[in-house]
Amino acid sequence: MTSNLVRGATGDWEVVIGLEVHAQVSSNAKLFSGASATFGADPNQNVSLVDAAMPGMLPVINHECVRQAVRTGLGLRADINLVSVFDRKNYFYADLPQGYQISQFKQPIVGEGKLRIDLPDGSSRNIGIERLHLEQDAGKSMHDQHPSKSYIDLNRTGVALMEIVSRPDMRSSIEAASYVRKLRSIMRYLGTCDGNMEEGSLRADVNVSVRRPGEALGTRTETKNLNSLRFIQQAIDFEVVRQIEILEDSGEIDQETRLFDTTTGTTRTMRSKEDAHDYRYFPDPDLLPLVISQDEVDELAAALPELPDQIKDRLTGDYGLSAYDAAVITEERETALFYEAASQQHDRKLVANWMTVELFGALNKSGQTLAECKVTPKRLGGLVGLISDGTISGKIAKDVFAVMFETGGDAANIVEEKGLKQVSDSGAIEALIDAVIAANEDKVAEYRAGKDKLFGFFVGQVMKKSGGQANPGIVNQILRTRLDGGG
Amino acid sequence: MVDILDLGAVEARVALDAGEISAVELASAYIAAAEETSGLNNYVALTAEHALEMAAASDARIAKGEAGLLEGVPIGVKDLFCTAGYSSTACSNILAGFTPTYESTVTANLWREGGVMLGKLNCDEFAMGSANETSAYGPAINPWQAADGADLVPGGSSGGSASAVAARSALLATGTDTGGSIRQPAAFCGVVGLKPTYGRCSRWGIVAFASSLDQAGPFSRKVADNALMMQAMAGFDPKDSTSADVPLQELSAAVTLGVRGMKIGIPSEYVLDGMDPEVVTIWQQGQDWLRAAGAELVDISLPHTKYALPTYYIIAPAEASSNLARYDGVRYGKRVEAESLDEMYALTRAEGFGEEVQRRIMIGTYVLSAGYYDAYYLKAQRVRRLIRNDFDTAFETVDAILTPATPSAAFPVGRKVDDPVTNFLNDVFTVPANLAGLPGMAVPAGMNGDGLPLGLQLLARPFDEATLYAAGQVLEDAAGFVANPTRRAGGVS
Repeated sequence: MTSNLVRGATGDWEVVIGLEVHAQVSSNAKLFSGASATFGADPNQNVSLVDAAMPGMLPVINHECVRQAVRTGLGLRADINLVSVFDRKNYFYADLPQGYQISQFKQPIVGEGKLRIDLPDGSSRNIGIERLHLEQDAGKSMHDQHPSKSYIDLNRTGVALMEIVSRPDMRSSIEAASYVRKLRSIMRYLGTCDGNMEEGSLRADVNVSVRRPGEALGTRTETKNLNSLRFIQQAIDFEVVRQIEILEDSGEIDQETRLFDTTTGTTRTMRSKEDAHDYRYFPDPDLLPLVISQDEVDELAAALPELPDQIKDRLTGDYGLSAYDAAVITEERETALFYEAASQQHDRKLVANWMTVELFGALNKSGQTLAECKVTPKRLGGLVGLISDGTISGKIAKDVFAVMFETGGDAANIVEEKGLKQVSDSGAIEALIDAVIAANEDKVAEYRAGKDKLFGFFVGQVMKKSGGQANPGIVNQILRTRLDGGG
Repeated sequence: MVDILDLGAVEARVALDAGEISAVELASAYIAAAEETSGLNNYVALTAEHALEMAAASDARIAKGEAGLLEGVPIGVKDLFCTAGYSSTACSNILAGFTPTYESTVTANLWREGGVMLGKLNCDEFAMGSANETSAYGPAINPWQAADGADLVPGGSSGGSASAVAARSALLATGTDTGGSIRQPAAFCGVVGLKPTYGRCSRWGIVAFASSLDQAGPFSRKVADNALMMQAMAGFDPKDSTSADVPLQELSAAVTLGVRGMKIGIPSEYVLDGMDPEVVTIWQQGQDWLRAAGAELVDISLPHTKYALPTYYIIAPAEASSNLARYDGVRYGKRVEAESLDEMYALTRAEGFGEEVQRRIMIGTYVLSAGYYDAYYLKAQRVRRLIRNDFDTAFETVDAILTPATPSAAFPVGRKVDDPVTNFLNDVFTVPANLAGLPGMAVPAGMNGDGLPLGLQLLARPFDEATLYAAGQVLEDAAGFVANPTRRAGGVS
């Protein structure tokens, strides 16, 4: 693994990062009210009496949210706490109708676990999970709708969030991004969070500090509410440079909460430690301790889908894929399922290659998702099969694929209809080679005089003449004999 | 001619079913009574038109033989309960003009059983007080008068409820009891009040004071009437996570069971220094009555009793400080406009909340603060556990516990109190039951030398309200409490 140390003016620094990720629980209803938890409704349409904190209203736990938290905990290989407690976090804000957020402070539903991150160089490592707890989301204040008034939208109020807190185990912004990518991937496999960062379903607070290698932890800052992987990396990179500059200038880091400016890519002070709220946490007396049975946990565990790490291990182990390809294929569950189906009877590595390069490239270019794509796993496998058995060349396969991507057609049929079958008949190829040699006698002379790199030119000419259908291996072989053999 | 206001709830039900009286007649009599005694200020809103409509509907159901448990019985509702379409303010300025679109579970249960809503009753602001003097509507007055004619407090926080039932301007009334807010005013006004086991009555739709202590309960003039009302209002409610799914006993039947063979505990810790000797006398009297009826009296000890008040005055304000955070001027109720959000909060809450409520919010905020939480709130929760353990131990040997309901009879309105702690002492006998979640009942037992009622309190095991009704009926029968307050509707009988 390459070193993560950052070179400063006075020597190397080690970066220490911990993340608090807020993931919206996939559920029909909110955490403590029956109101809909769907995104995109008109302002204040998904608001129950409980959400609006009307007098005398009481919270009742939505058990499906509890199950989602347990599933996520299991996916993070974490301890599930059969008894957990909801606390009130008290503070005043216009989009917090109760005047407190119901959260879990001392006794979260999920305890310690770990998450394996996949790094771009193909290596992996474990990041510690400290805890996962359930809590209510707040509403939204809109300050730009009216010159002197703020508007409040309570649709999000009370929506269930999982706050997932990591250990300060990450050492670079790339690791932090990998952590969030993997966390998102696992939750999407589990169906516990849709991971949609643009809609705010997944946000991260990043805690960053720097220290000299081997020394005690430095003072950290917390940058709030980052809603894209790019912003997470930018915010960390900015903080690292800022903190190192301060420390190398003999300054001190203030333990503070910072805001990220998406337009400039910089962070700025939001509130200092002295201004920190006293949230006056205490157990919510409207709710009894949350008790779940081991039987229910076991049931949920038994029903978990195969997770990306397990699939990735199979892909790199049994199938011999590169760690990178395996990580790319397993990030999304539907991609992994597509791959498994496509490669079942075909060259596993070749299918992986075709997926990550051609298929993903075409999807990217067209803006389609895999679900919208007309090429089925079986047909992609069929295409790879035609390459493997020599029916078509890789180059022709690209043209076939383009047609398949457009029409969803079967590779063999397309090859048949368009007459794209690879020519391996040496007689036919020899005829083509003869013609090319006859038309380029001057170049043949140059080649024979020692200009070796012209060989490629001849291959190209033959392939062109064959309309790309000549088997390039055989073309190579015969050309070599004809040019070098002096015939 | 029978005075219709003399009928108890059980009697009224019989008369209604027999066609001797109509629900409309009964409601009209109570509306007139409420108007006649309006000087007591125990109603903050009389919903006469609504009452007559409900009564007419009751008459129709009675005619069809579809009468509910409380069909046609006029009931007053403490202003802490949310009533759909009718102003519900917890007697606080901060909720001025607030009309809920929803009905509390308890009142919905009463109306489902045919109860007729008379109106909303005065109480201490957010149920914080023991004299009904913190109400934004001004104090409710006890229909019993001091010997010198001075106005007396009805107790609190459910002062309006106790006052109205005693004054015969409501046949029954709802109350809530967080530290004695049903039992203490019941004792001050000479009526029967029950605080059910925590979890018996749904808290859904009742303005919260202290969630882990609040419990709704019935007021009546007779024990049997109280059982009837309790039977209708209690029950499991999935909308309240702390509601208990424990079947309700046959309470109306329980009043005939007597106390023969029952063991009644007498806690030594309830004898206070300097306690009114007349209170001691009535307590002794109660013990004699129960013994005479066949109960065995057992001396018991509840050693942590002396910590109950300080524990209560940490836990209740702590919960209240958080429960009342929602009254912020943003969505409903009072708002004082200001330049900034923080200023709007400050001005709204300063104008909207009265002095006692502000005091408790500040105490509660303080005890939950970082650095104080462990020393106050956490310690109070531990002591609360010990208090509960005291009762658990006692109930291994006794079936019920008898104590005085209050350390004194009702005191004058406006009594000058420099130290708010003096007021807190009103709750000394009632608070332990809230901390332990136990059911408790106050029953009128006699009069003091000034002609004012004194009450006794019975406590029982969780979910054993039946024992309270059995023993309460014995006390009621033995006491033969028939005196009437001076300022009741219909004048002195």
